[in-house]
Amino acid sequence: MTGTVRALVVGLAVIAVGIVVASVRVNPYIYFAGYVILQYVVIATAWNILGGYAGYVNFGTPAFFAMGAYTAVFLIKWMKAPLPVLILAGGLVAALLGLGIGYLTLRLRGTFFSIATLALSVVLQTVVMNWEYVGGSRGLSVIRPSGPPFGSYVVFLFTVMVGLAVGSVLVARFIERSWIGRGLAALRDDEEAAECMGVPTLKLKLFATTVSGFLLGVAGAPFPYYVTFVEPNSAFALDYAVNALAMPMIGGTTSWVGPVIGAILLGTTSQLATVTISSEMNLFIVGVVLVAFVVLAPEGILGLVRRLRGR
Amino acid sequence: MAPLLEVNGLVKRFGGFTALNRVSLTVKAGERFGLIGPNGSGKTTLINCVSGALPVDGGVIRFDGRDITTLPAYQRTRLGLVRSFQIPKPFRSMTVAENLEIPLEYAAAGRAGARGGADTAEILASMGLAAKAHLRPAGLTQIEMRKLELARAMAARPKLLISDEAMAGLSSAEVDDILTILFRLNEQGITIVMIEHIMRAVMRFSERIVVLDAGERIAEGTPDEVVRNPAVEKAYLGE
Repeated sequence: MTGTVRALVVGLAVIAVGIVVASVRVNPYIYFAGYVILQYVVIATAWNILGGYAGYVNFGTPAFFAMGAYTAVFLIKWMKAPLPVLILAGGLVAALLGLGIGYLTLRLRGTFFSIATLALSVVLQTVVMNWEYVGGSRGLSVIRPSGPPFGSYVVFLFTVMVGLAVGSVLVARFIERSWIGRGLAALRDDEEAAECMGVPTLKLKLFATTVSGFLLGVAGAPFPYYVTFVEPNSAFALDYAVNALAMPMIGGTTSWVGPVIGAILLGTTSQLATVTISSEMNLFIVGVVLVAFVVLAPEGILGLVRRLRGR
Repeated sequence: MAPLLEVNGLVKRFGGFTALNRVSLTVKAGERFGLIGPNGSGKTTLINCVSGALPVDGGVIRFDGRDITTLPAYQRTRLGLVRSFQIPKPFRSMTVAENLEIPLEYAAAGRAGARGGADTAEILASMGLAAKAHLRPAGLTQIEMRKLELARAMAARPKLLISDEAMAGLSSAEVDDILTILFRLNEQGITIVMIEHIMRAVMRFSERIVVLDAGERIAEGTPDEVVRNPAVEKAYLGE
């Protein structure tokens, strides 16, 4: 219990730091880049709940992320809904998608599940491309509300993302340390044995796809206001699928710290690469780093640290 | 005594192949029960149907007076119908002690006789695994792996333990070791169904044996009766 209290305090402290950073008005680029990195903290953490804890590799991250983004686009166009509503609705719609997909595909194990999630992304993108109300394939411009806190909408979104990142990390940490996390670890190790030891594997997997979907949708919901122009190719970008998987793998998948480390490290690197080299280079760098880790340190940075300590 | 496990007219087909053809058997509470048969006779399929890993195509399974035919596997475990696996399936990312905590938490918690942490140490000690509690399964020997498999099943606090070839590939001394454990568990009141290829073990252990061949029940009786049964001899050795 004291651990949970401490985690909450640390989380609040991080949010406070975020607000301080927002009010000191440094170079605006910092907020732009910071938003993306924090968004990846949410995405990597969400992905890891299903991919790391339960061992079900999801290639369909863009589908869930875009579901959050397009739910927001729809609500903005329909009723100019406020940001908290967008985030909650985006999360819930993506959670429903997670639950549905989980129910349909979790009988598939390993690679087959991954292929199904990849297909999901392609199918949903096609649907959105043909849905004129949210802009279809041409995309849609979104006008930010006027008079945001901190005087700039991007700075405001940055602080929102700090809060979402802290929230999702706390959720992941809580799951990891609860009976749910232990059950997920058991089914990741051996699903048949877990079921035979009393673990309700189907229910736990559905829980994981739903929570993971929810947080991915939450990450996507502020996206329209961040970019102000939403079109399918950017909302369903391959970057999300690759990064969502690479970041936890590089950080370490068995603990909530792993995705956070991976997201900050890889997110920062690719932001730097985008500015200093070219935007095309950053996916290439992610790919190379991922291959290097899979070969040299399959348990990520956390695994490396553990191995060094063990010696 | 009332039957603890009652299998009635069980049918299981894989496509056009009938793996189990109206198989019936009853296991009484407290009994040491043997299930034997040549390779491919349907023993493992029967166990998979009884434990809930496979859905059945016909027939009824009752456990402890309750119809469990369509119950998910994890709920059968919670009722006290627990199996071990022929090829050990440990949770590899966990220590030996943590392996036991999963069934203690998920299957035994809330049931009479479950006391949490102390149980892990006690079960490990009774299996001779106490010194290995903090190791990962990868650091265990083959016999220790089998003991872990049994220890983990015990942590689910079974009324009925199905031991699926717990001794395959072990040396003669190791077989005796496992047999001693199973005898002791039975003395503690746990009903045991043993599926085994090692005849010496299954004959010594079982009070009653059912023989399967090609998905049908061909014989039942005490070990002596089964050995003298011509149908059993034919199934194992041919005409």
